[in-house]
Amino acid sequence: MGFHAGDYDVIVIGAGHAGCESALAAARMGCETLLLTINLDMVAFMPCNPSVGGPAKGHVVREIDALGGEMGRNIDKTFIQMRMLNTGKGPAVHALRAQADKFLYQHSMKETIENTPKLTMRQGLAEDLIMEDGSCVGVVTKTGAEYRSKTVVLTTGTYLRGKVILGELMYESGPNNQQPAIKLSEALKRNGLQLARFKTGTPPRIHQDSIDFSKTEIQPGDANPKYFSYETEYMAHSEEQLPCWLTYTSEETHQIINDNLHRAPMFSGLIEGTGPRYCPSIEDKIVRFADKPKHQIFLEPEGRNTKEYYVQGLSTSMPEDVQLNILRSIPGLEKAEMMRTGYAIEYDAVVPTQLWPSLETKVVPNLFTAGQINGTSGYEEAAGQGVMAGINAARKAKGLEPVIIDRSKGYIGVMIDDLVTKGTNEPYRLLTSRAEYRLLLRHDNADLRLTPTGYEIGLITEQRYQKFLEKKARVEEEINRLKETKFRPDEAVQAMLAEVGSTPLNNSIDGLTLLRRPEISYGNLEKIAPSPIELSNDIKEQVEIQIKYAGYIEKQQLQVDRMEKMEKKRIPDNIDYDIIHGLAMEAKQKLGKIRPLSIGQASRISGVTPADLSILLVHLEHYNRVTAAAHSS
Amino acid sequence: MNEDTIAAIATALGEGSIAVVRVSGPAAVDTVAKVFKSKQDLREVASHTVQYGWIIDPHNGNVLDEVLVTVMKGPRSFTAEDVVEVSTHGGIVAVKSVLELIVRHGARLAEPGEFTKRAFLNGRIDLSQAEAVIDLIRSKSDRAFQIARKQADGSLSKQIIPMRQKLIELLAHVEVNIDYPEHDVEDVTADLIRDHCGSALLQVQQLLNRANEGKILREGIMTVIVGRPNAGKSSLLNALARENKAIVTDIPGTTRDIVEESVSISGIPLRLLDTAGIRETSDKVEQIGVERSHGALNDADLILLVLNHHEPLHEDEKKLLEQLKDRPTIVVINKIDLPGELEISEVEQDYAKERIVYLSAKEGNGIEELEKAVSGLFFSGAVESDDITYVSNARHISLLHQTKCSLEDAINATYEGVPIDLIQIDIAASWESLGQILGDAAGDSLLDQIFSQFCLGK
Repeated sequence: MGFHAGDYDVIVIGAGHAGCESALAAARMGCETLLLTINLDMVAFMPCNPSVGGPAKGHVVREIDALGGEMGRNIDKTFIQMRMLNTGKGPAVHALRAQADKFLYQHSMKETIENTPKLTMRQGLAEDLIMEDGSCVGVVTKTGAEYRSKTVVLTTGTYLRGKVILGELMYESGPNNQQPAIKLSEALKRNGLQLARFKTGTPPRIHQDSIDFSKTEIQPGDANPKYFSYETEYMAHSEEQLPCWLTYTSEETHQIINDNLHRAPMFSGLIEGTGPRYCPSIEDKIVRFADKPKHQIFLEPEGRNTKEYYVQGLSTSMPEDVQLNILRSIPGLEKAEMMRTGYAIEYDAVVPTQLWPSLETKVVPNLFTAGQINGTSGYEEAAGQGVMAGINAARKAKGLEPVIIDRSKGYIGVMIDDLVTKGTNEPYRLLTSRAEYRLLLRHDNADLRLTPTGYEIGLITEQRYQKFLEKKARVEEEINRLKETKFRPDEAVQAMLAEVGSTPLNNSIDGLTLLRRPEISYGNLEKIAPSPIELSNDIKEQVEIQIKYAGYIEKQQLQVDRMEKMEKKRIPDNIDYDIIHGLAMEAKQKLGKIRPLSIGQASRISGVTPADLSILLVHLEHYNRVTAAAHSS
Repeated sequence: MNEDTIAAIATALGEGSIAVVRVSGPAAVDTVAKVFKSKQDLREVASHTVQYGWIIDPHNGNVLDEVLVTVMKGPRSFTAEDVVEVSTHGGIVAVKSVLELIVRHGARLAEPGEFTKRAFLNGRIDLSQAEAVIDLIRSKSDRAFQIARKQADGSLSKQIIPMRQKLIELLAHVEVNIDYPEHDVEDVTADLIRDHCGSALLQVQQLLNRANEGKILREGIMTVIVGRPNAGKSSLLNALARENKAIVTDIPGTTRDIVEESVSISGIPLRLLDTAGIRETSDKVEQIGVERSHGALNDADLILLVLNHHEPLHEDEKKLLEQLKDRPTIVVINKIDLPGELEISEVEQDYAKERIVYLSAKEGNGIEELEKAVSGLFFSGAVESDDITYVSNARHISLLHQTKCSLEDAINATYEGVPIDLIQIDIAASWESLGQILGDAAGDSLLDQIFSQFCLGK
């Protein structure tokens, strides 16, 4: 029946946003890698909104890029609109968001994968794991092909026992009517993994020519677009951007929905899975917020060479006829021609507390999971886990220790720590409020935070790393220069101050102090005391942020330093919590289940009290001293 | 490895004529030096020496106490860290205010058993003692937890919960502005922040004022006065309050059927609770009162059972005598100015002579004897004289101070044009410190708030 089809270091199942990053990372780290996916035409497909980025998500894209991942470069090549959001707020929450040409995005990613050495891409449906001595050593496809490897990464998205729900209709399917993966789900259960059932959904798509844009508001991109990747040169992509359009639901929309609620699977009980609060369906919004008279609807082009428009804000699983009525009740969409119907999709996910922070499962050694299978939602969340799972699967294949991003080093770290330590009872979306050190995790400093790691693990080229080091040095030099530069109360300085409405100087002050005035920018100082060498905008921005927000940054850094000591206190993996005298029963159970790697991680488990942590510390000290004594004798 | 500095009262409460505040950690000397006035600067004295001087609040120049301060530099100290011990006059008031002052100047209140934990982790305690160290941490933590639970339904919590709710609504609004910038939710304005934070600040300030006047809530040995209706409970409460100058006369949140007063007897603070008279009754309203009284009895640290000298023992009283004999109970035989009908011998069967006091609350005779009996029971250890109650109040005060600072920072920042996501740091900090006062009772979900308050999504 089965036949031997090949040997690899790493096998990645699924070529969505998680799978592509995993496979590219592993191959670039020198591992022979197989990327196996159900349909090769669906590589890096965006089954929902045609956009990448936004608050927290955009930060993750930059982090992926800083680590040497692909998403940032790929969206920079294929965007049709770029906007920096939150520019009126602090630098930490500035967030880049791109509208993607979703077709170009796919082609470009597929091309990159096809041209990556050591990376093999195959169409195939994985149905089982090959197990040896309790560890995963490969996969078997529907056609009987047995691929063997040192590690396996599962990125099954919404394909795992996927089921589409649309009004009264329900059928087994992956996203966009793709073939679902049914048997693999059974294989996971058989090997001891506990699964959860989640749900997500997507709105209908409509034809551009059926939209009356005169009834909507235009939403253009930024005149001078910024890019996600630190590698993309300034103005590298200057094609004309496409706008999005804003309209609103009407009273009639709400009436139609209310009249048809009995046909909505959300309320008729057809849907079992837990949906995300972060992107509720329109029927959900209207029921839960009955007082809100209208909801925003954004019309977003799906690409340059298509007339399909994505109707953001109208995610729904209402029956098809109701969907059409809903669409046509919206100003500008009276004559809307629906090209694809919206739907809800249910799928299996792995309960993520079963994972180590490396994203390897605890019960099946060598098996890693990333993306929606871990209970997240969103392309960026998937890609962020994908790159980490790829890195750690490759490192495990090479016999190296895993790389774990601290919560203070990236949103990727926050997300993975949340998932494996606290779990999630709904599809998990990153929000900036999930990061306790938000000010440190800025989108502008992702390279400073993570590029040294990317270089160490071999995903950042020597050339890029040298460039990074130079930038870092330039920033430090420039901060020092401003510190040394005295601004005197002379005519030029006073005139500049008057111009920006700042108090005139009485005495000389240094550049740092002056720049900390809220109304003064680096540009103002530069006019009076320019840097002796030409500096890029990136460097100037970095200098300004580091100086202006130094007070707040230091405060958060202090908290990080304090927490770091807890993070560095490692807990040996062979610890038996049941025999630790004095630990509360709840703590024993929770610690035994999560098996935290450090006291820091243990402290984030709900139900583990400070007293339990103290007792654990005393126990570890006792254990260490006894072990040390045994070694010395 | 522990770089923060901790402080706690190191002596058992009420014992002896001095009390000791122990401070340990790298900033121990610095912290105490800020509030200690002496001939020599504490930062310059030799290790293992004792200095004489005063603890002074640098904020207002008030002298808190005349003290002896011992400096022991690590590693030659109990915890192997720098340790400073401040010996204050005995009793509770002085040592507590010194602890509060030190905590306000940079030390953190020690967790239960933390000095011992540090001593162990720093190698000062023998390996064989690990289990004992763990037992100590466990028992002290559990006791602190019980006390915190008792306080959770207190009037302090009742004021903090709505304040915190207002702050989380503001936080949710800020977060929505940040995470959903294109959503049609109006922006949080500087005025809105000043308004919300300002009103919270006002309330925190009021709580702190009350604390400074010695009126911190729910403090002291919880003493329940129990007895049949008209045995003279209220007059006893009034007599004690009159004699001892009631510290608190009105406490918000107490119900009409449990009246509360705080008095200090020989330096021991008591929270006196006058309960509804206990008797079998079919009246529904009265039943509720009686049930509350039973609840109060279960929580009590000390019980004053009041019997009427002028009447024979009632069935209800016999039950109470039986029920309370193994608890820290003093039997108060009231109305000795009237002819005796009470069967004293029945009381004496189960209660030792020191635990029976004769008085007339109305005339004021015998109150001193009652006070002696109370302090006797207290110092004999029959009443749990754990310092945790006082510490938890010191903790509350320090957390209220932190809340106040964070709120002030947030408000000031709005005038300096600081971006909203940075102001959020201070608002969140104030919300968190208030949450720490509530402890377990704090429901911590900003995300739940965000998604119930706002309609979001794509």
